Amino acid sequence: MTDVAVGPRALYSDVIRERWRRPRFRGELTGADAVAEDVNPLCGDRVRVQLALIDGRIEAARFAGDSCAICTASADVVMELATGRDRGAARALTAADVLDVLKTDVRPTRMRCVTLPLGVLTTALAEDGTR
Amino acid sequence: MTLDEQTRPDFPILERVVNGHPLVYLDSAASSQKPRVVMEAMTRYYERTHANVHRSIHTLGEEATELYEAARDRVQRFIGAASREEVVFTRGTTDGLNLLASALGRTLGPGDEILITELEHHSNIVPWQMTARERGAVVRAVPITAEGRLDVAALDRLLGPRTRIVAFAHVSNVLGTILPVSDIAEKARGVGAITVVDGAQAAPHLPLDMSTLDCDFYVFSAHKMLGPTGIGVLYGRRARLERLEPTRGGGEMIKEVWIDRAQWNDLPWRFEPGTPPIAEAVGLTAAIEYLEKLGMDRVAEHERELTRRTLAELTAVPGVRVCGPPADERGAVVAFTVEGLHPHDVAAFLDAEGIAVRAGHHCAQPLMRCLGVVGTARASFSVFNSAEDVTRLARALGGLRNAL
Repeated sequence: MTDVAVGPRALYSDVIRERWRRPRFRGELTGADAVAEDVNPLCGDRVRVQLALIDGRIEAARFAGDSCAICTASADVVMELATGRDRGAARALTAADVLDVLKTDVRPTRMRCVTLPLGVLTTALAEDGTR
Repeated sequence: MTLDEQTRPDFPILERVVNGHPLVYLDSAASSQKPRVVMEAMTRYYERTHANVHRSIHTLGEEATELYEAARDRVQRFIGAASREEVVFTRGTTDGLNLLASALGRTLGPGDEILITELEHHSNIVPWQMTARERGAVVRAVPITAEGRLDVAALDRLLGPRTRIVAFAHVSNVLGTILPVSDIAEKARGVGAITVVDGAQAAPHLPLDMSTLDCDFYVFSAHKMLGPTGIGVLYGRRARLERLEPTRGGGEMIKEVWIDRAQWNDLPWRFEPGTPPIAEAVGLTAAIEYLEKLGMDRVAEHERELTRRTLAELTAVPGVRVCGPPADERGAVVAFTVEGLHPHDVAAFLDAEGIAVRAGHHCAQPLMRCLGVVGTARASFSVFNSAEDVTRLARALGGLRNAL
């Protein structure tokens, strides 16, 4: 049984486990300026991003949806990294930035779990027609 | 000797150690592993025989043709088809369903109805949607009951004079539910509809007899039944196949060609344009011979026992919920969820234990919506799986929740 207890800890980094269990940016933004949602066609995971923007700067960011631990942790980190950035800087965020914070590497098959929230953020920024 | 004790030495891949643990392969519903005889037959074919079929007047060409056509005879006997002309080789189940959707689609008009079920794989949904859009036809779905059975009363309500095609899985790739093929076929015939059966999850696990199932079309893949990827079978009742216009042209499928027209070849080659998967047909023959030597009744009983054991052991793990009907009403598939955990995380944790399961929507998103889940994890079985495999799965799941 010790094997079982150790295996999973080694599988996901502490940051992933922490962010997945206690995400800081999960929730709703009332009166959001930009909203986007997308699914991962491989697994059906769904992430929704809501942004509050002032003068092209992301004031607040929240995510919602059903997703695995890696995707949830990634969404949480993406929201954190996006907050305070202007549109251009937020769009420039990469998977490498997220993996840096998560202190992990992921297998190619799980890379989509990391990139889905980034894609949704970009879509939200592209579709935002306000201010 | 149990079936797995007998077969395990035949599967070289089971010697693999994955993440420090001996491999437990519980993903045969996605694709089964292959016994050595299948690989050897294909290698031998490439090393000794390979040439194109049906057109090369030389020794190798004749031998290749013989092997390819022998595979057809083998399939005919394996599924109890009335004649070899009823056996068409395709690239797989999805290919067969697409072929049928486009060929049968040509006979549809506006308002005609294609009836499917809510438990279908995307490959038995999307081709029909495409056809329906083209022809102005309508796709409707028979619901599934809370226990994962087909809602027969709803089927009776939905069948009507506009129903032209009834397409459904023999065995659900998620719930494992075995659908009553001959009953549905009889009801469909009652309204003059054609039946198309997706047998991808049945052919590897149950004895098949087309004369008993009595459907018009039945399709399956070799790679889920110990055979190679890239080849599948489309069985068609002869009278139906004869009236079906081919939708794909090329060499092999014609008798004579002029600049402005062509005359189709005889059955079954009419539906096999281009160079077919010859080595794969040889591999399929070897897979069928292997299964027949074991005996499909024995295969079915072995897998039913594993399914029964899995349902019992997983139900006993706190937080684990299994989906679908009882063991004696299902194929070799058990989908399950773990409370508070995403199926991908469950699968990743099991992989760390050397246990391969599928996780996600299993290409059955409408069914996932019915079940009210994003996805599930799924354990599925083949001839080489043992009771020990099930126990290792249950034990790992028992430790999983504590580990988080």
